[in-house]
Amino acid sequence: MRTLLFLLQKEFRQIFRDKAILRIIFAIPMIQLIILPQAADYEMKNIRLSVIDHDRSEYSRKLVQKVTASGYFLLNSYTASYTEAMHEVEEDRADLILEIPARFERTLVRENEAMLYMSINAINGVKANLGGAYLRTIIQDYNQEIRLKWLQQPRFSPETRIEVTPTNWYNPLMHYKNFMVPGILVILVTMVGSFLSSLNIVREKEVGTMEQINVTPIRKHLFILGKLIPFWILGLVVLTTGLIISWALYGITPVGSFFTIYVFAAVYLLALMGLGLIVSTYADSQQQAMLISFFLMMVFVLLSGLYTSIESMPKWAHYITYLNPVAYFIEVIRLVVLKGAGLHEIRQQLLIMLGFAVVLNTWAVLSYQKRS
Amino acid sequence: MKAAVIAENLVKTYGTKKEVTQALKGVSFEVAPGELFGIIGPDGAGKTSLFRILTTLLLADSGRAEVDGFDVVKNYEDIRHRVGYMPGRFSLYQDLTVEENLEFFATIFNTTIEENHDLIKDIYAHIEPFKNRRAGKLSGGMKQKLALSCALIHRPTVLFLDEPTTGVDAVSRKEFWEMLRMLKSQGITILVSTPYMDEASRCDRVALVQNGAIMSINTPEGITCNYGKALVAVKAENMFRLLKDLKGFSGLVDSYPFGEYHHAVLKPGTTEEALLAYLQQQGHGQPELKTAKPDIEDCFIALMKTTS
Repeated sequence: MRTLLFLLQKEFRQIFRDKAILRIIFAIPMIQLIILPQAADYEMKNIRLSVIDHDRSEYSRKLVQKVTASGYFLLNSYTASYTEAMHEVEEDRADLILEIPARFERTLVRENEAMLYMSINAINGVKANLGGAYLRTIIQDYNQEIRLKWLQQPRFSPETRIEVTPTNWYNPLMHYKNFMVPGILVILVTMVGSFLSSLNIVREKEVGTMEQINVTPIRKHLFILGKLIPFWILGLVVLTTGLIISWALYGITPVGSFFTIYVFAAVYLLALMGLGLIVSTYADSQQQAMLISFFLMMVFVLLSGLYTSIESMPKWAHYITYLNPVAYFIEVIRLVVLKGAGLHEIRQQLLIMLGFAVVLNTWAVLSYQKRS
Repeated sequence: MKAAVIAENLVKTYGTKKEVTQALKGVSFEVAPGELFGIIGPDGAGKTSLFRILTTLLLADSGRAEVDGFDVVKNYEDIRHRVGYMPGRFSLYQDLTVEENLEFFATIFNTTIEENHDLIKDIYAHIEPFKNRRAGKLSGGMKQKLALSCALIHRPTVLFLDEPTTGVDAVSRKEFWEMLRMLKSQGITILVSTPYMDEASRCDRVALVQNGAIMSINTPEGITCNYGKALVAVKAENMFRLLKDLKGFSGLVDSYPFGEYHHAVLKPGTTEEALLAYLQQQGHGQPELKTAKPDIEDCFIALMKTTS
């Protein structure tokens, strides 16, 4: 016990003496939490629109006004022909072309229907999809309005209409940040947990202190514990800083309890440190450890459901996410922050994470050899 | 009394099938308790591999070894309690201070600095004024003293020093050997490896190693006594041409540069006068010739030539 305390003391001394690392540990989360949620926004705004209005009627003007007033579109240009509009797209000045045919107003009034032509630049798939969908909704809305103006609503509507009014549960205003910030927080905790712990041990290997330690009678598990605990604590500190930032900056407070988040984070960090340890036992240099961790991070983040939902991934990728600890934590933190899940609701994820922790750490301890 | 260190036929091979390096090719020796035993050989002779096997860091492919009566494979835990190891590369925590390093190693050996202060006090006294300085900021000689203090803090019975004087200045080297003498007087068995031949004379016994094999084990005097050939130191105006001419003389076993002289090993039957006559004939004027007393380096070179 005395030895362990001393090991911890030594480890913390070293961490606090390395001012650069210390700054990185705290600066990275803050900067990322401040910048990323603002930038990584799914709501498409500023979709640049080119309009070809062959009709030049009141109706067509109203339609364009309605589109631009929605806030999603920026009117790039009015052009005289489709070729000209296409040129705008080619020059990357427009994302969407809306062509209003001649006699649009007249056909609409007389024949009760009119055609519009929409052309989308699909290089950026997300933008194209959302832009198209937004424009379609706006046009439908517009259509509805005109109809209401024309028809004196009879007591019983001649045509049956189904109107859908959705309610967004748990995130009523569909605030993108409420959903993103907790996810990004998980990534930050993951970085501190796995990167730093693996780098720390490999550094001892590189500097040669590992060899000196290995000839001493110190017990393997004691040494590993001495390495794990400081980063486990540091991970929780980073989580706390992150939670404070997301409250101060984005006003996000979990609907569920902090206790649930911390319990899960504690187990999660344990699993991650195990992973970091495994990396460090197999890597001989800090570069190697860094590259392996980087690779793992990329896979973990992309398959975590942070940016793209896991449900829409192909089946095989879906199976991989079962092995991704980051995915579980992102799921859990969203459940707790947005939905207010308690320990009982996340028990399955908690048990799986506990399994990860046990397996990874056992593997790490077994593969760490004091002699070659 | 039982030997403090026994090595029997140790073999260690590195590499895969394609590129195999034999670091140790059946090394055997014994070191008596309280002995200062030197392992002398050039870089790549297998000294570090040998030390790593004896300090339980490396498993030998075959052969067995005992340290302080314990087998290095079966009883490695006992050995780790009672040996001190100072690797060739400085391997303490550079970001901890002198005192913190010492305290750290004392703690993981379950002891305290106070408990064994008497053993290290003479060495530690040199660096105590800098005890609050980070180890990384010490000079080479001081780093080495700190490393030795850390290796001694748990009062080991056997001390392994892997090339402790490599890269250390002449004064510090001399000091270091005096410290080892002092430790020896405390009854600690010391194994020290070095590539410097001139340090051999400071050991009780030395083993000359080359290419993973021991060529000779003897006292430094014993090794030089066994030389058995006449050795002449030669000096002339043009040293470079002199060496070339010496190589061309059939009456020599070997010739090589040695400090400011060249050493010439005479074949039995060749006399100094014959060599002088030959050199004068080659136009070296009045070369300086004197009978030299062979030292360890001469013996090493001779052994190297006969074994290869």
